[in-house]
Order: sequence, then structure tokens, then C-alpha cells
Amino acid sequence: MEIVLAIGIGVLAGSGVWLVLRPRTFQVIIGLSLLSYAVNLFIVAMGRLKIDAAPILGSHVGDDMASLPDPLPQALVLTAIVISFATTALFLVVLLASRGLTGTDHVDGREP
Amino acid sequence: MTMPYETILIVVLALPFAGSCLAALFRSNARNTEAWLASAVSFTCLVLVGASYPHIVNGEVIRTTIEWVPELGLNFYVRMDGFAWVLAALIASIGLLVVLYARYYMSPQDPVPRFFSFLLAFMGAMLGIVLSGNLIQLVFFWELTSLFSFLLIGYWHQTAQARDGARMALIVTSVGGFSLFAGILILGNIVGSYDLDRVLASGDMIRAHSLYIPTLVLILLGALTKSAQFPFHFWLPQAMAAPTPVSAYLHSATMVKGGVFLLVLLWPALGGTEEWMRLVGSAGLISFILGAFIALFQQDMKGLLAYSTISHLGLITLLIGLNSPLAIVAAIFHLMNHATFKASLFMAAGIIDHETGTRDLRRLSGLRRFMPITATLAMVAAAAMAGVPLLNGFLSKEMFFAETIETHDNSLLDQALPYIVTAASMFTVAYSLRFIAEVFFGPPPRELSGTPHEPPFLMRFPVGLLVLACLLVGIVPTVTIGPLLRTAVHAVLGDAIPTYSLAVWHGFTPEFLMSLIAISGGVTIYLMLRSYLLGAEGPPLLRHIKGQRIFDRVLVAVSWQLARRLEELLGTRRLQPQLRLLISVALLAGLAPAFTHGIDIWRTARTSFDVTFAVIWAVGGACALAAAYQGKFHRFAALIFMGGAGLVTCVSFVWLAAPDLALTQLVVEIVTTVLLLLGLRWLPKRIEKFSAADAPERDPGWRRYRDLGIAIASGAGLGALAYAVMIRAEPDSIARFFVENAYALGGGTNIVNVILVDFRAFDTFGEITVLGIVALTVYALLRRFRPAAESIPVPEQQYSQDLYDEAQPNREKGDTLKSAMAVPRLMIALLFPVICTTAVFLLLRGHDLPGGGFVAGITMAVAFILQYIARGTTWTEDHLRILPVHWMGAGLLITAGVGMAAWWFERPFLSSSFSYREVPWIGPVPVASALLFDLGVFALVVGATVLMLIAIAHQTVRSHRTPSSRASSAAATSATAEVR
Repeated sequence: MEIVLAIGIGVLAGSGVWLVLRPRTFQVIIGLSLLSYAVNLFIVAMGRLKIDAAPILGSHVGDDMASLPDPLPQALVLTAIVISFATTALFLVVLLASRGLTGTDHVDGREP
Repeated sequence: MTMPYETILIVVLALPFAGSCLAALFRSNARNTEAWLASAVSFTCLVLVGASYPHIVNGEVIRTTIEWVPELGLNFYVRMDGFAWVLAALIASIGLLVVLYARYYMSPQDPVPRFFSFLLAFMGAMLGIVLSGNLIQLVFFWELTSLFSFLLIGYWHQTAQARDGARMALIVTSVGGFSLFAGILILGNIVGSYDLDRVLASGDMIRAHSLYIPTLVLILLGALTKSAQFPFHFWLPQAMAAPTPVSAYLHSATMVKGGVFLLVLLWPALGGTEEWMRLVGSAGLISFILGAFIALFQQDMKGLLAYSTISHLGLITLLIGLNSPLAIVAAIFHLMNHATFKASLFMAAGIIDHETGTRDLRRLSGLRRFMPITATLAMVAAAAMAGVPLLNGFLSKEMFFAETIETHDNSLLDQALPYIVTAASMFTVAYSLRFIAEVFFGPPPRELSGTPHEPPFLMRFPVGLLVLACLLVGIVPTVTIGPLLRTAVHAVLGDAIPTYSLAVWHGFTPEFLMSLIAISGGVTIYLMLRSYLLGAEGPPLLRHIKGQRIFDRVLVAVSWQLARRLEELLGTRRLQPQLRLLISVALLAGLAPAFTHGIDIWRTARTSFDVTFAVIWAVGGACALAAAYQGKFHRFAALIFMGGAGLVTCVSFVWLAAPDLALTQLVVEIVTTVLLLLGLRWLPKRIEKFSAADAPERDPGWRRYRDLGIAIASGAGLGALAYAVMIRAEPDSIARFFVENAYALGGGTNIVNVILVDFRAFDTFGEITVLGIVALTVYALLRRFRPAAESIPVPEQQYSQDLYDEAQPNREKGDTLKSAMAVPRLMIALLFPVICTTAVFLLLRGHDLPGGGFVAGITMAVAFILQYIARGTTWTEDHLRILPVHWMGAGLLITAGVGMAAWWFERPFLSSSFSYREVPWIGPVPVASALLFDLGVFALVVGATVLMLIAIAHQTVRSHRTPSSRASSAAATSATAEVR
């Protein structure tokens, strides 16, 4: 399990970095989204893998640390997901405005 | 006055600042009120300082501490010993005289509140320097004096001269102040304390320390810039653009003395070494000679006095550099004497300027007949400056000569020192004589507009008082200055006071001979050069070396040319190199520990391998790679692939026991896709071509391979790091607290939600605020949105649909779209209440089961967005009034209100409370304030999401309207033109 998730995070992050380094704004926006998936999964993974045990008290036997997943990274990531949606929206609008003003979708606002 | 003498010091420090604030409030022509206030403040300070004399006279020290951050050793520590007392008395008394003088000097047109306010604040800062018992506190007041000096030099900011002089003084002294701060920090680190008493007691330790030289150089930089010593002397003549009271007070009597004060103060801690003698002594000697030489050739009265000040401060610095206790005595003595005669000379120069309208020595002449009293006073002061017997300058000068005769390190320079200083002193005499002879003797002035006459008595009074002090000290030194000097010296040197004599007549000693030679030599030089001086513009040999010009060149080179070249060399406005650099640095920083500590990932996995999960991730990875591959030419495909990767992430959250995250990820995935779909329409068409002509469109191959390398390395690094962490056992983190207390303190069983709305509610409050701000920014940016010209016409698909509709007789425009959406529209209409109910359900159960405000809010937004998609913007807005900004406002108000409600119960902001209520048929229901908080989060998320999506969706409606109306109006104008 760990190895699968680690490879998954790696592929998401690698694709994201590749796209972020590309010259077209749409590529960058897709890249940032992929990177945010990778980072969110990475943060949750920092709480280690616990299968079949939601961080809900009373839902299973024994409410202690050994049987429950770490709730803290989950709480961090929950807001991160929503904030990343907001930044995507902001970036999209900046992208569109830049495209309207400069007539190009290159990240520098002019063709190289 | 019965006041404990410890609090006296605090009052002395606070009073000028309080006076400064008060002075700023009067009307701009309130000269008398201002002068009364400022005199009262400085007089009170003087009286209080005088009253504390009995407590310091026998080498005792007054100390007062106000604790600030005692844990860090940072306290406000006021300390006064004999030396500080003498300077404080000097600052307060000359301050009083300058205030009095300034009342008559400033013209009714000048905005005086600013002047007196700055002057009083400067007085407070200067008192702060001499009364500081903590070195950092000293640096603070030191910087304040630089600042107020800047403001006072630039008082007449309408003239370019004042602005340039102020800027130069600020740059030079603040660079010095910065060095001083660095030096003091090292010094404090060596000693282990910034307490002045402890630093002074640790002299041996400091001198033996390996960092002694850097510390010394840094502190000297501070002291020498402040005291305008070579090679930093050039700012002082430029500072003469200030009003004359400022020149008299700051730039001769007090602020420039700050540097030598610091040198004397720290001499027990830093002095006594060969380096000290070389650095301090040579700076002092050069300033002494150079200042005296250049002063003789000045044509501006204040310029002459400024260079003379540099020269005299050089004399004091040289004495301090000689490393002998007797020289320190002479330095302190000359410091006091110089303040009296130089301040009075500046004031006299100001009076002459005031009466004649010029400061040019070539135009002034024979004023003795018009203002005999001022002339007499100025002559006595100038004689004191020259070192004529029976005046105070003679006594300290004689001590100085005596000290130069003594052997110090017995170098060639040490042996030649008496001859050098005698020669330089000839110039001192010559410029003093020139000042008097040019201004007061000779034929009456011709080119002046009016007849000069004596100033008002009170304007002359400060000059007279200072000259009287020169005379009294010069004639009966043992009675007047003797005790004060002894008190000051005692404070610096401790009980080991060297024997010195303040007698007027010591017999025909070598130093007396030196004085005689200097005076007769000076008179000879003046008589020889007299006619040359009247035509000279600046000193011979040095005429073309202008410190000011060098300074400006350096400034331009450093702050502009060098900066621009560096920017060209290292900076870029292009995003890609910046991101590449950022990612590469992050990559290297992540790799570094793997190299230094090795990487240990060869352990057994903690969970068993699951084929389903692996298959899911095979799809997810493929989606991510495909999105990366198609991002440029097939945006729509890339977007779908990105959604695929997002769904796999969502499924992974389910697998990883994070149901809340999975829910949120799912709904966010929906709105993100909708958002990007709305954006796609405004991007340029890009069609993949394979012809050779389009080759430059692509990046060169090596660049792509480099980026590919960075991407693979980053991905592999992050994956390896995640794996290395996951196969280790978790540490005992703060998670335990949340698990154990979620129900006991938060009243909820969904720990993630309890963290968000209770334990870390303040974070959440901040995050939803950010969300709101981002949404408003998106909205605001889009209000001014202008699409690119090629994106304005309706898309091809819609265009062909419309053509078809128009071609058919039984169809109306838009019918194709309407019939295509008929089924989805029905389904969505039916789903609307279902989705809304789901949202409320998720919100209400969030505290105990997966759900919560965030996911519920986005679900609700999805319900609205679906209506827009199915029915179109116009129909939806006609039937459904959604006011996203109101939702957002309500959300923020609710969360803030819930937080502030805790104050009602006298508990901190955002404290939560919960209890159980019996509800008929349902049983006990938990009622938590956190649920209300979550309601606020819900409302804000709904508002923000809908606002962002609708703002983008509206562009389509707007852009169709705008060009068509513009086109029709253009057609109308051309039609009318044709008719005419």
C-alpha cells in the first residue's frame, strides 16, 4: 500500500512540476492543480496509513490513538482543498485578464 | 522640589518628548508660545539635572530601571554618572539658550511648530544617548538624533541645498549608526550583556577577544561618522543649510559631540590598545589638520565654522586616541570648552546673517561700527577658539600641547606630533583672525541693502552668556570648571585620576612656547595670505577634491548603476526561469539531508498490498501523465484527465480513512472543472502543426529535457520522502490531544470537524476570510475584464447551431440548444431540492459524522451552478435571486458573532460551548455553538464559490452584448455620415 501511494504522489508531483515549468498559462494552472493533489495526499500520508478506521469516535472498537487515523493532517488538508479551489479561480481570472490585455496566453504576457 | 532622584531622570528624558508633541499642536505663527514652551521644558530639564548633582558628585551613579522584557535582558535603563551629568547639563543649558535665540532668529513666515517640535525631540534623543545605561537603548537614541538632525537640516525643504544636505547627513550618519548597532551587538555578545556597567568592567576580556578588531572598527565607524571625522567629515559643511540655531546646537555643541562622547564612554572597555591608537589617533589628527587648513579658505562664515568644528573635534579625537588618562582629561575639558565658544560663534554668525543678509566673508566688512557689542562678543569667542590666554580655549589647548609632547608609542609620528600640531594650530589662529578681521574691521560694507544694527537684547543675550562662561573658565578655572571637570573625569577614569593643574599660568613651559608660536605663526599666515584669500574659491591643492561630489558619485554608482547591472545579470522578468530556480532550490534542499544522513527506505511495509488500490492508481498516474502531455494542444482533454487524477485522489482519501476529505475533494472537483470549462472559452486556439515552419514555436529540445529532468527528480524525491515517512511508526504527536478531548471538550465525535470549528476555529475563521477576499478579488478583476479580440465572436458550434435554426422556417434561434438540454434540464430541476437537502444534511451532521460547513457549502453552490448550466444565466437570474455577497457577509458576521459571543460569558474569543437538549420524539440532541460557527462557514463558502463561478459565467453574456451594441452604434454613425 505505501509503495503504491508513494508512487502515485510521485507521478502527480512530477506531472505537476513539468506543467508548471511550461510556457502556456493553461498548462501552469493544470500543473498547479496536480501539484496540490500531490501535496494534499503527501500531508495526509504524514499521518501514516490506517485502513478502515475513520476519525469518528464511537464508530469502532477502542477510541485511542492506536486504532484511529491521525485527524490533524486531515483537518489541515480539508481547508487546503477549499483554498486551492479559490487560488485556482484567482489564477484563472488573472490568466484571462492577461490574455485579454496582452493578446497571448504565454506566462510572460508576450511571445518569446 | 521633593522628588526621588531616580524618577528625576525619567522626567528629564520624558519631558522634551512630551514638549515636542505639544509644540506640534500650535498655530504656525505662534513664535512666542513655542519659545515659552520650549524654554520652560529646557529650563526644567536643566534644573532637574542640576538638582541631581549631589547624587553623582563623589563618583556615585544614579540608576533607574523600567522593566520591559526582563526575560531577554531588555530593560529601559537610565543611568547618570558624572560624565553623563556634564553632558546632560550642557545639552539642557545650550538648548535653553538656543531656544531663546531661535525665537528671534526664525522669521514670522517660518512654520515654527515644526521647528520647535523637532528641536525638543532632538534634545530628548540627545539626553537619551548620554543617560542610557543599556547599549541597545543608546543606539536607539543615537538613531533618533540622526533622524531629527535630518529633519532639522531639511527644515527649509523648499531649497535644494537643504534637501541635499539633509539627505547626505542622514545617509552618512545612519550608515554609521548601522555599523554602530552591529558593533554593539558583537560587544554585547562578547560580554554577555548590554548593560553599560558590565561592559565597562569587562575591558580586559573584550580586548583579548578574537572579535575585538571587527567590534572596534564597527563602533568607530559609528562614532567617527557622527562626529564628522575624516574621511566622513564632508556631510557637516553641507548640513550648514540648516537654520543657524540648529547649526549652533546640533552641529557644533551637542550632536557631533555624540561621537566623541561615545569614544570617551567606551574607552575603558575598548581603548588602551595599539589598534585604538592607530585608528582613532590618525582619524583625529587628519581631521584636525585638514579641518583647520580648509577652514582658512572658506568664504562662507558658517562654512568656516563647520570646518573649524571638524578640526576641533579632530583635536578631541586625537586626544582620545593617545590612550593616556591625562589626554582623556584634556579631551573632556576641550569638549566642554568647544561647546561654549563654538555655539556662541555660530549664534554671532547668525546675527550677522540676519542683519546684513549675507554670510560671504568677501562682502562683509567693518561691522564693528554698526554692532559694537556683538563684535566684542564674537571677538572674545574667536580668541577662545584660537587659544588666546585668559580664555577657556587656551587652557584645554595647552593641556593638549602638553599631552602631544609626552611619549606614547615612540614612533616617528609620535616624535613629530608636537611640531605637526603646532603647525596646524597656526591655521586655527589664522582662520579665527580672518573671521574677525574680515567681518568687523576694515571699511564699512558697501553692497548691503540696509544698514545693519544691533539685534534685540534677548537675541544677543545667549551669546553674551556663553562668552561670559568662556571668560570665567579662562580666568578662574579652579573655581568655575574645576569641580565639574573632576566629577566627569572621576566617572570615566575611576579613582585613578591623574594629576593635572588648571592654573592659568604654569611658567615658561614648552606648551606655552607652542601656544606662542601658534599664535604668532597664525597672525603671520593671515597677513601673508590676506589678499589671496579674498579671491580664493576653496583651499589650494584640495580645491578639486570635493567630498560631496565623491559621495554623490558613489551613491549613484551603488544605488543605481550597480543595482541595475546586478538586476540585468541576476534578475529576470520571465516566470519560467524563476519557477525553475525555485523548484531546483527546493529540490536541492530536500536532497541535501539524504546525502548527509543517508536515506533508509528498505524496511517492510506496514500495511498489506492491495491490488484494487494499485489498479486505481495505475489509472490515476496515467491520467496525470496524460494531462501533462496534452496540456498545450488539447486543453479540454487535459482538463478531463486532471479530473480523473482528482477522482483517484478522492478515492484514495476514502481508502486512507479520511471520509471528510473525500467528500470535500469530490465536490471541489466538480466546481473546479466547471470553473476551468468556463475559462477555456477565452483562450486562444492552438492547433498542433507538424510542419518545419512551426519549429521555433516549440522550446529547444535541451530545455525540455532539462525540465523533464527536474520534474522526474521532484516527483521521485517527493514519492521517496513520502514512502520513507509512511513506513515508519508515527511519533506521539499533538494528535493525541485532539483524539482524547474531541468529545470531552468539543462535544463532537467527528474529530476533524471538531478541530476545524472548535480547537482551531481561529485558523478556520482566517481561512474563510481569505476565501471571501479571493472571491471578491475575482469578482473585481472580472468587472474590468476585456477579452481578446479573437475570442469575442460566438464559438463555432453555437454559430453553426444558430445558422441552422435561422435557416429552418419553423425554428427560432437557440432552439437546437434548448432541445438538446431538455432532458438534463428536467433532471436538474428535480435534483435541485435534493441537492439542497443533502447540503443541509451534511451541514447538520458534520459535528459527529463526515460532513461540515465546507463540504455542505460547496454542495449548495453546486446546486445553484447546475441551474445556471441547465437553464442559462438569464433564465436562472430571472427566477432565482442569489446574492452571493450577502451570503458571504452573513457567513463572516455569523462566525465573528459566535466568536465574540464568548466574550459575553467572559471567555476568550471563539470559545465554544455545548449541551444536550431534549427534543420531543427525537431524544437528546447535542446543541453546540460550534454548529453555529459551521453555519457561518457554510454561508461564506456558498457565497464565495457562487460569486466566483457566476462572475466568470457572466462574461459570456456581457461580451456578446458589448460588441454587437458597439457595432450597431458604429453602423448608425456611419449611416448618418453618409446622409450628410
